[in-house]
Amino acid sequence: MSVMSFLGAIGAAQKEAMDADERVIIIGEDVEANVYGTTGGGKTRQETGDFVQMYGRNRIRNTPISEEGIVGAAAGAAMTGLRPIVDLSYSSFLYMAMDQLVNQVAKNRYMFGGQASMPAVFRSAMFYGLNTGAHHSDRPYPMFMNVPGLKIMVPSTPSDAKGLLRTAIDMNDPVLTFEACLLWGLKEEVNDDEFWIPFGVARTHRQGTDVTIVAISSSVQEALAAAAELEEEGISVEVIDPRTLVPLDKQSILNSVAKTGRLVVVEPAHRTCGAAGEISAIVAEEVFDSLKAPIVRITAPDMQIPFSPSLEKQMYPNKHDIVAAVKRVTQNDREIARA
Amino acid sequence: MATLSRDQKLEAQRRMLRIRGFDERASKMVKRGHIPGTVHTSIGQEAQVVGATMALREKDYMSGNHRSHGHPIGKGSPLGPLMAELQGKGAGVCKGKGGSLHLADFNVGSLGESGIVGSSIPIAMGAALSSQVLGRDTVALAFFGDGAANQGVLYESMNMSGVWNLPVIFLCENNQYALSTPAHTVTSGVISERAAGFGIPGIRVEDGQDLLAVFDAVSTAVERARRGEGPSLIEVITYRYNEHSEGLRLGTDYRPADEREAWLKKDPLVLLREHLISAEGFSAEEMDALEAEILAEVDAAVAFSEASAWPEPSVAFDDLYTDSEYAA
Repeated sequence: MSVMSFLGAIGAAQKEAMDADERVIIIGEDVEANVYGTTGGGKTRQETGDFVQMYGRNRIRNTPISEEGIVGAAAGAAMTGLRPIVDLSYSSFLYMAMDQLVNQVAKNRYMFGGQASMPAVFRSAMFYGLNTGAHHSDRPYPMFMNVPGLKIMVPSTPSDAKGLLRTAIDMNDPVLTFEACLLWGLKEEVNDDEFWIPFGVARTHRQGTDVTIVAISSSVQEALAAAAELEEEGISVEVIDPRTLVPLDKQSILNSVAKTGRLVVVEPAHRTCGAAGEISAIVAEEVFDSLKAPIVRITAPDMQIPFSPSLEKQMYPNKHDIVAAVKRVTQNDREIARA
Repeated sequence: MATLSRDQKLEAQRRMLRIRGFDERASKMVKRGHIPGTVHTSIGQEAQVVGATMALREKDYMSGNHRSHGHPIGKGSPLGPLMAELQGKGAGVCKGKGGSLHLADFNVGSLGESGIVGSSIPIAMGAALSSQVLGRDTVALAFFGDGAANQGVLYESMNMSGVWNLPVIFLCENNQYALSTPAHTVTSGVISERAAGFGIPGIRVEDGQDLLAVFDAVSTAVERARRGEGPSLIEVITYRYNEHSEGLRLGTDYRPADEREAWLKKDPLVLLREHLISAEGFSAEEMDALEAEILAEVDAAVAFSEASAWPEPSVAFDDLYTDSEYAA
């Protein structure tokens, strides 16, 4: 075990995978100079150098700014024997490659009757909350949840980032990973050995009996802070991080709501057709009779992201929103208890 | 000059006849409702297709577009599973899930045709990247039309392939019309000359009905790529004899009346047949026999397809992921 940042854990998973399998390559803008911090070599940099020095330019592919070409090349390479990790830097840049992601990466295996496999990972960072304005602040993972054929991971801790990314790289299907930059500096003890976290298995960060909070990406940390505060007021909160949205661990969420009877879903994406909406619908369909209060979604509004720090900070769910929502859904019981 | 042996020329004629026979039959079947959806035939473009695929080895890769049957047939894919795919049958090469627009036969290096114009071009680049990274001597070829020549992704792909020296051939099948739109009205300059901007060879084959000319140009580019000298762009001027797609009736004469007549006089199958007789010593009877043999092959493909069952409904829910436990 050693202390790793979220970003360091991603770099560690990439290094492990590069060492384990010569078919793994990294392709993207500025990967050679380690601009986004995951190809620098981390703790061994002093002895072995950065990724270019360790693996060479045959496997570390610095690209022109050509997202459509990069994603298409990765798709073609994945169908013919390589296992590319594509660093698309900002998640807002995914739109430049939308045709390749939706029409080729997601559809080829299916359209060709299983002849193709597409072992590629598409990494992108969500720069929201950092005053980068509307062209850099997207949280677009729900759009891709609507594209069958893609798998989607949204890690929220360094350990999860390392273990899930390693699974993604070793998997034979295309994975999009959305990494919140607000989490980049988050540190914790992480296993230095190789480990793989399965997709479709949620992580229950905290057990509770009164309310289930399902939180996504950076909202997990906000939810945990809210849960700690609520505990002092005698409200017991269960916090679940799905970790992967496709596949989604529906059962863990349903079991929790069946136990608590209340659901608050928190995510930094827009409200309409978001992951929170989907999870809410699943719960309403499957365990409606368990619900003691209406489901509450806490999301970003259906609004673009403004630049000014004074404007932007109100756009994403925070601890206070979560505390207020939990109090709202538990209000009836508390009133009954007082009576 | 890259040349074909006598046997290879006969094989080229065989493959062109397969494409013609397959597509003429498919055209009829669409009009009779025996093939659902739509198909785009390569009738008239056979020399351009087979001249290119004959320059490739079996393990070489290729990607294609909506004019989609000629490419796998030219690369050696058997006709039965292709026809079954057009009909949506269970024995289709893609289990009935791709159809005409999305044929693929990985057994012959066919990485897939594409219903999105230009979309499959970087797929070939990626296959070339695999060859380079893994040290294989395989090359990849992207078939696309004059319409796709105005998609930005072509230029991203030519640029990236150029800087990485990838073994890929960009082959523009310029049949002079993007559906109804004449290429010259939407294309600034000459397509093949655009290669110069990327520092790679750009070759224009003016007579794309001449299989030997196409083979020569593509072979030169393929051998160059195989030697590690990087990508090439080849523009082949050709013509489709049929409408953009079968059954399409636009009610406008976007092609001049005498234009098709002039191109029909340069039918690539007739040209190579005459060459095989005059220059290679085959008899007219031998050529007739070959044509009959291929028509029988097409009949057998249709019979294979007709005898194939519809896919089970559950097939619609397979093959999304490699681990089906995550599906649905």
